[in-house]
Order: sequence, then structure tokens, then C-alpha cells
Amino acid sequence: MLRARGVTRYYGSRVGCRDIGLDLWPGEVLGVVGESGSGKTTLLGCLSGRLEPSAGTVEFTQRDGTIVDVLRMPEPALRKLARTDWGIVHQNPRDGLRLGVSAGANVGERLMALGARHYGQIRDAAFDWLGRVEIDRERIDDWPETFSSGMQQRLQIARTLVTEPRLVFMDEPTGGLDVSVQARLLDLLRRLVTDLGLSAVIVTHDLAVTRLLAHRLLVMRGGEVVESGLTDQVLDDPQHPYTQLLVSSVLQP
Amino acid sequence: MSDGRAVLVVEGLHKTFTLHTQGGIQLPVLRGVDLTVYPGECVALTDPSGSGKSTLLRSVYANYRPQRGRILVAHDGARIDMVDAGPRELLAVRQRTIGYVSQFLRVIPRVPTLDVVVEPLRAFGVARDAALGRGRALLARLRIPERLWSLSPVTFSGGEQQRVNLARGFVADFPILLLDEPTASLDVASRAIVIELIRDALARRTAIVGAFHDAEVREAVATRTVSLHGAGVAA
Repeated sequence: MLRARGVTRYYGSRVGCRDIGLDLWPGEVLGVVGESGSGKTTLLGCLSGRLEPSAGTVEFTQRDGTIVDVLRMPEPALRKLARTDWGIVHQNPRDGLRLGVSAGANVGERLMALGARHYGQIRDAAFDWLGRVEIDRERIDDWPETFSSGMQQRLQIARTLVTEPRLVFMDEPTGGLDVSVQARLLDLLRRLVTDLGLSAVIVTHDLAVTRLLAHRLLVMRGGEVVESGLTDQVLDDPQHPYTQLLVSSVLQP
Repeated sequence: MSDGRAVLVVEGLHKTFTLHTQGGIQLPVLRGVDLTVYPGECVALTDPSGSGKSTLLRSVYANYRPQRGRILVAHDGARIDMVDAGPRELLAVRQRTIGYVSQFLRVIPRVPTLDVVVEPLRAFGVARDAALGRGRALLARLRIPERLWSLSPVTFSGGEQQRVNLARGFVADFPILLLDEPTASLDVASRAIVIELIRDALARRTAIVGAFHDAEVREAVATRTVSLHGAGVAA
């Protein structure tokens, strides 16, 4: 579904990420782990067409089976792709939400952008999705600013998934949340990924998150992939010194 | 595979751990292990703890990555080498061919016990109602009280968690089953049930490889014992 080759991005002379190749299949969740500054977020930006790499290719297979070159697409086509086939969940929900409109409008807006015009149906969809992400439906007309950070993150997820994207990019989706809220969000994400057959790329520094959500892992350091494999292989039998350090530094990943 | 009837053939398997965070110490655990397993037999690994039984089982499940050798598995009418198969093939083998029961239950917080148990069946493609039916029957057989089925097993006792783990391993009728100390934290009554489950699986022609610390369980289920030590494992 997504295929990247030789993706490289420099910031001046500094390496953001270098020569990254990956394949993502339908229904597959790929975790990208590494410490801050390892290039994970840069890679995510390049894959989702939000950052222009210095070199490399990213190909995406659309619903109709045609393959598009994400990095050389005209801007309007890329924006359309981002609205229809992709979803992006930002680390900070405020980056993914519109704070000046109600929770219901946040969810409905993405549908309207795709041409939905029937108010009742849009509101029904918003209602349905608030329920699915466990936000009290009574709060449909409240503004996101009155929500806790955990609720805001769930609202962002509802807003992202309401249009039924096939591929979701997530940047530290559980970052900055309380542990109990994290568990709830992980359970939710896992069910949504399974039920909707989503593919996802999840960038995180939390190995426990990848254990629960990702089929496969890439370990990044200094902008390069130092190790990859099935999630349990990488976590239970890490080969690279850096991965061993990472795994041995956390409590029960 | 040398023998068409074998469902699992391990040849010349080597696994050494290199501990980079501890001065690069090398721990050779498996040195040229060979093992052939046929349908309907239960092979018990008999070596003392620390001698590589878990490492072999985990390598067969492709949880560990051996350096040398082959692990050929009969899967969907073909033979897959778990040592060099790609991630998608490995996941397919785990979904349909090999089940693995470890001593530890690892689950997502908040997921109900029944859902944890039927997950392998659902991944197999069994319809939800049929899967739930089997899951309930197995949980009942393993004497997990029904009031616990809707709760997450995270807070269960060690013995209860182990029985949930067993239910998860036995729910899907995998052709190959790997059991790593499946009765480690169980009481006598539960052990007897596990012995029954293993015998039922053997009657269905499941191929089983296990490490059974408990001599009584081992004698009750093993059709053959194998020492890795004799097969070339580090002392």
C-alpha cells in the first residue's frame, strides 16, 4: 500500500533521516521507535507528503489500484489524497482539531469536505463517532477547549477516522497522556485498527505502545534505521546495540 | 523436508546471544540442534532450566532470530523456513499453523478475558459467534468463573492468568503447538485439565513440542523425550 525507497531529508547539513526504505501492507501497523531527534517525525512527514525529502521516492496504492508518487504529485491531488485516503493524528490534539468549533462540527467537517451535505446524516455520523471514541454524546455541541487532553485526543481520532481513511499516520498518539488514559486510547486504537482494517504508521518513543499496536517495528537512530523486524522479535531478541540499550532501559516493554 | 510426514523439522540450529550493553558478552545457547516432529506426537524437552528449551521454542515461533540452521514448518501445503521467512509469512504461520503458550500472559489493559481468548480464532477467520462459543466452553473447562469472563485478566491471579493463556493457545486447533511450562503455576486439578487438553489435541493429530518442568505432566502427555544437551546444546 505504501512503499518508500531511499527517503532522505537534510536540514541544511544536518541529517533528518537517511536512506529509509519501507513497505506497508493493507491492514498492517508499522511502529517507528527511537529517541527524540532520531528522525522518526521527519520520516513520518516525508511519508505523508508534508515534508519534501532531499531524495527518495514514496509510492501509494489508491483505492482503485493505481499507484501514485506521493512526492511528485501536484499539490491539489495530494491534498485530496490526504482528505480521502489518509488520516493524520498529531501528537498534540490541538494541531489536529479546530478549536473554534464544536466537537460535533470537528467530526462533521471532514465529511463535509468530502461533499456530505445532509445535516442530519452528518450529525448522526458525528454522534456515532463520539460514542465509538467514548466521548459522552451529550457533549457534541461543546467546544474542544472544554475537554481534557485525553478527550481531545480521542476527538482528534474520531475526526480523523470518520471519513474512513485507509492509512493513518500517528505521531506519538499517546504522548503526554496519563497512563490510565493511555491504556484506554490503546485499546480503542487497537479495536479500530482491527475492525476497520486500517493500515497505520505509528511513531512513538514508547516501546510498550508498539508491543500492543504494531505488527512490525523500525528502530531509528541518528536518522537511520538500525534494526527492523516483527515487533516481538525486536523487543524480545534485539540485535543492534542501540536497540538492546533501548529495550533494557525501560520497565517491561 | 527429508520426511514428507513431518510437520516441523529443525536442522543445525545455532543461537547465540550477544549482550552489547554488558561488554559484548556472547552466550551460545543452541549449537546445532536437530529435531523432527510428526503429527500426533508430543515431544518433551527434558533439559534442566537455562539449557535452551525456551530459546528453541521461541526460535520455532520466530520470536528469537537464530544465526544459523533451518526451521522448516509445514504451512498451507508448503514449507516455510522460519529462520529466513519474511514478516508477512511469519505472521501467516502464527495465524494459522503454530500456536504458542508461554508462562506469561501479555494483554492490552481493558480487553475482556473472553475477547483475549478468542482473538486467535477471530484472526483465523472464524465468525464471532462461533468463536465466542468455543471460547466460553474452553474457559468453563479450565474452570475460570463466568463472572470473570467480561473482565480484563490483568488483575487475575497467576494461576488464572496461566489458564487464560492456555485457553488462548488451545482455542484454535493449530496443527503445531509449542508449550513452554504450561502448568507452571497451576494447582493439581487444573493440571489434570491441561493434561486432558493436550491428549485431546494429540488425538486430533496436533504436533506438540513442550518444556514440562512438572514430571507428572510430562509423563502423562509426552510420547517422546528429547534432550537438547545430547543434540549439541551448550552445557
